Amino acid sequence: MRLRILESGHGFGTKLLFVLIRTASRQPVLDVIKLVMYRPDFYGRPMQAVTQDAMRGPSPWSVGDRELMAAFVAKANRCEFCTKAHLAVAQAAYRRDGGGSSNVSPDLESATIEEPLRATLLMLGKLTREHAVDADDMRVVLAAGASRQQIEDALAVCFSFNVIGRLADAFGFFVPGPKAFEAGAQYLLARGYR
Amino acid sequence: MSDVTQARRALTSRILEGSGEAPPSERRAAFDNSGLAAPLGALVDKVARRPYSVTDEDIAAASESGKSEDRVFEIVVCAAVGAATRQLDTALAALEAATRKE
Repeated sequence: MRLRILESGHGFGTKLLFVLIRTASRQPVLDVIKLVMYRPDFYGRPMQAVTQDAMRGPSPWSVGDRELMAAFVAKANRCEFCTKAHLAVAQAAYRRDGGGSSNVSPDLESATIEEPLRATLLMLGKLTREHAVDADDMRVVLAAGASRQQIEDALAVCFSFNVIGRLADAFGFFVPGPKAFEAGAQYLLARGYR
Repeated sequence: MSDVTQARRALTSRILEGSGEAPPSERRAAFDNSGLAAPLGALVDKVARRPYSVTDEDIAAASESGKSEDRVFEIVVCAAVGAATRQLDTALAALEAATRKE
């Protein structure tokens, strides 16, 4: 990472925790964990509360749907780390819970996705790329069958990953291999974002 | 107010008004992407508008301009949360307009 404090500026207890994580998972500690554990009172803890509510709070969208939104927003932001990380969680969530696309992908051209979710993803992509959407964009999503609550919940996901993706790119997160993301996905499915 | 809205407000309040190495005025300027001189201003603008384009040199230039790494950390976090907040506010206003009764 581009700031040394985020790589190695943690307290003794946190460094010990990183050793335990590496030992138990046999994978490197993901940079996103190092970020949220650095001075956690400033960013990590309040941001984890935001993301936990958006990704695991009550919603008409499934966990897999929301993780796919996260991956889609990350892809629109050209954030490789977040795209791979949340595609892995979406795939694991759909495998666990069913009900989702069997070929889940942030590539909408090839994925089998129901219309309300597809329209929502397209709106999130425009918002992320162009930093704005208008009432007509929202009417398209509503006409596709998404409810107002679903749109608000999707925007909450979009907020979280527009923050996290920016930090991943700005701080230069290392992009590990698929096994590390798979281990991270299992953790996020079991424990959430707390 | 929903839980997630409350959580977002708590996050914003913490990073802008809580204790930190960067002065609150600098954190607010980063959040708003407005009024910061280069090289910090250039870094903040990239984080807000083209985060994928941030380079090692951008971070090094900000750190070497007399700012500690902790100060750069805080400024980048504020820039990211500010940009995401503006997008969210724009989208919620669009949703309100689309669902308003004629």
